[in-house]
Amino acid sequence: MNVLIPGPLRSYTGERREVEANGATLAEVLADLDRRYPGIRFRMIDEQDGIRRHMRIYVNGGEVRAIHVPLRSSDEVIIFQALSGG
Amino acid sequence: MPAKPPANAVTSAAPNAATGRVALLVATRKGAFILNTDGSRRTWTIRGPMFFGHIVHHMVLDPRPFARTLMVAARTGHLGPSVFRSTNMGKTWQEATRPPAFPKVEQAQDGQKGRVVDHTFWLSPGHASEPRTWYAGTSPQGLFRSEDGGDTWAPVSGFNDHPMYLKWTGGDKDGTPNGPKLHSIQVDPRDARHLYIGMSSGGVFESLDKGASWKPLNAGCAADFRPEPNPEYGHDPHCVRLHPLAADVLYQQNHCGIYRMQRADATWVRIGANMPKRIGDIGFPLVLHPRDTRTLWVFPMDGTSVWPRTSPGGKPAAYVTRNAGKSWQRQDAGLPRNQGWFTVKRQAMSADAHHPVGVYFGTTGGEVWASRNEGAKWACIAQHLPEIYALEAVEPAR
Repeated sequence: MNVLIPGPLRSYTGERREVEANGATLAEVLADLDRRYPGIRFRMIDEQDGIRRHMRIYVNGGEVRAIHVPLRSSDEVIIFQALSGG
Repeated sequence: MPAKPPANAVTSAAPNAATGRVALLVATRKGAFILNTDGSRRTWTIRGPMFFGHIVHHMVLDPRPFARTLMVAARTGHLGPSVFRSTNMGKTWQEATRPPAFPKVEQAQDGQKGRVVDHTFWLSPGHASEPRTWYAGTSPQGLFRSEDGGDTWAPVSGFNDHPMYLKWTGGDKDGTPNGPKLHSIQVDPRDARHLYIGMSSGGVFESLDKGASWKPLNAGCAADFRPEPNPEYGHDPHCVRLHPLAADVLYQQNHCGIYRMQRADATWVRIGANMPKRIGDIGFPLVLHPRDTRTLWVFPMDGTSVWPRTSPGGKPAAYVTRNAGKSWQRQDAGLPRNQGWFTVKRQAMSADAHHPVGVYFGTTGGEVWASRNEGAKWACIAQHLPEIYALEAVEPAR
């Protein structure tokens, strides 16, 4: 499925804004993303599997608050950075 | 009962003074910079920013031979904390495959959530006999070790999972305004197993078995922000230093003064009591002379009333002692005479190994000041940098 990558994480994807990743859950997609682009997952997901405070993940336009949600291959995942001060 | 010093202690030999290039590794809230000079230390050039936009907490050059790795602890306002290393003085970087992180907790126990590293705050190279070992201290307080040159980091469970961890470290509110921190990781140059750490808050702790077990080491140190008169832990060391040439002597700049400990005595003695009363002995960094074990520098901050944490009276000065704290001399030549409200953080002051020693500090206002005569005269060598978190003087070619 398509995953849209925010600017601060594109150093991991070779500056690509849109990449492919596979999985039956968001957790699996993020794990696949990390296999393809090592290190990218920990910058947005902490060691307790929490989405970091200033990161936001949307699936088909709806925000998800946890990574253990099921996905379909046609879903679109968008990763945003939220506001975090100056 | 205090722990005894290691039995296999040997005395280190004093190194010769350095003569070559000096670099200042400057970590800031918006990236990292390297200031370079030749052996004369008269003119400086600046390189950077590296990791532009990152909050860089510490940048350290491995002093061990054949392992000239530059290590950086960085995060951003959005992205999680990581560690990066370079073997070509910052031309290219490699990110850690497994940065410092607490173990995943599958099910919350006793209502406790699994801990999350907010940032890696402190980096220390390991013992000379273990050239690929590094230590990292984090916020909240955690101790981590890498045994592969900084590529993968593992928790030091003997500390992080110690039954007393929560009591030693306090809660989230028992720390600095930027979060509680584990810092000042010191490795005894005579024994790789002998470690010290400092925690804000928590106090000074010692391990004789490479981190498997720990004991507090705070006797004699004040903690006037706590209700009990002589707590065993819960202190606030700002910076703890172990001299490589006198490894049985510890110094610390604490929230409650400047202290020295002869390890066999196991009691801190407040050498800051000999500072001028109008200045006090509050501050953050503490810098040791590389060859004279009785000489050290501090940079006093105003710790009165609501703790402004700026140079007392707006008149910045370093203070030096050359007799292990029996007396102190003010060093303000070249610094602003008035309206100089400097704040110098605990990692933001350092010394080189030349003769005479160069002493350097960075301010939260983005200035770097240098003295190439042991603090006798200061000059500003960089301005308009972002808020400086850490500054390390190193010799890239040594």
